[in-house]
Amino acid sequence: MKSELNLQQTMLRAAGLLSLFVVVSVGLLIGVNAFTKPKIAEAERLALLQTINQVMPAERYNNSLIEDSIEVEAPEFLGANQTRIYRARLDNQPAGLVIETIAPNGYSGNIYLLVGVLADGTVAGVRVLSHRETPGLGDKIELRKDNWILSFNGKNLTTDNARRWAVKRDRGEFDQFTGATITPRAIVGAVRNTLEYVNQQGAQLYD
Amino acid sequence: MTNVWQQKWHDYQDIAQKGLWNNNQALVALLGLCPLLAVTNNSVNGLGLGLATMAVLLTSNILVSLIRHHVPSEIRIPVFIAIIACAVTVIDMMMHAYFYTLHGILGIFIPLIVTNCAILARAEAFASKNTLDKSIVDALFIGIGFTLVLILLGAVREIIGNGTLFDQADLIFGEVAQNWTLYLPDSYNPVLLAILPPGAFIALGLMIALKNLIDQKAKRPSLVTIPVEVKVSN
Repeated sequence: MKSELNLQQTMLRAAGLLSLFVVVSVGLLIGVNAFTKPKIAEAERLALLQTINQVMPAERYNNSLIEDSIEVEAPEFLGANQTRIYRARLDNQPAGLVIETIAPNGYSGNIYLLVGVLADGTVAGVRVLSHRETPGLGDKIELRKDNWILSFNGKNLTTDNARRWAVKRDRGEFDQFTGATITPRAIVGAVRNTLEYVNQQGAQLYD
Repeated sequence: MTNVWQQKWHDYQDIAQKGLWNNNQALVALLGLCPLLAVTNNSVNGLGLGLATMAVLLTSNILVSLIRHHVPSEIRIPVFIAIIACAVTVIDMMMHAYFYTLHGILGIFIPLIVTNCAILARAEAFASKNTLDKSIVDALFIGIGFTLVLILLGAVREIIGNGTLFDQADLIFGEVAQNWTLYLPDSYNPVLLAILPPGAFIALGLMIALKNLIDQKAKRPSLVTIPVEVKVSN
């Protein structure tokens, strides 16, 4: 009888101790979370702004374009069901759009792109946000590996030149890489679709 | 008095030697291989994960050693796990706040430090049975041993597979480090295999083989030089 009571006591003590540890841990985590949350949000914002400024030069706009963003639904042009568009304005006049496009037909999965389009429809810049293309072949789409991604700068899409928006193998004007055609083809297609969408929507994207 | 310190010093040396070499978690115990193989395609990533792992190891060893007399042995493992999980989450959030880009690159492998058996193994096999000072020394040297392997593996793979060394060092050291990257001459053709997953296995295998070779060499009795007394007599 006595040993049974002892066992019960030991178990209770162990359970209490374990709970105490968990409560202390959770309390600590809540504290650290509260402390780091604003810092993480700030770092996130800064990183986003840095990337945006690569495709939309900071001197071209003076609004806070992260807050001035909209969500649109155009999966056939922009790849995702919901796409975020940041709107750059200079003295309240439309200066350009920064669009988070997805190229769904990469060599291995989606390629996430950020496309900057000026108000007159020319490309201000394109950057790859993330991808899983083959290292050494398809990853030349990253600026730190190759200048290829800059070849979009200053280009625009009109009904006359639409045929030239393709890689050279498809009789377009954009280079492909040795050993990797699918990756550049996917990106050229995605940028073209984005421009088509912007041309089609026109000024109403800034409203 | 001096004897106590001598004894301590001797113990520390022993712990250090085990952590760095004889019981190196990556080369001998082969623990924590999943993150080890996954992030070491460049030396800076290796250093980042190594430091994060060391921080977790240090925290968990200190706490486990402090509570070792107060936790009944039936619940010690869950308590260790709670401590480790808590430490990892704190470090994950801290890195997210202060090393945003690096955190993005290391990604899932920071939270996965929880599952690095090396940490639970040290808590159970060492910290729960030893004094605080010894546990700290153990955590430091086990951590340094693990980090060194990560850096070395990352460096070898980066040099062979990418033709660079210390690429993106500014992610850890700030803007000072922007020009630290060393490049092999342009004529070098990177061997892609090295930064792909198979390269990780091959490089780690070669490192383990090299360590074993060195150990064997050290054990084999070297040619004994027999002292010969030469007597010169007039």
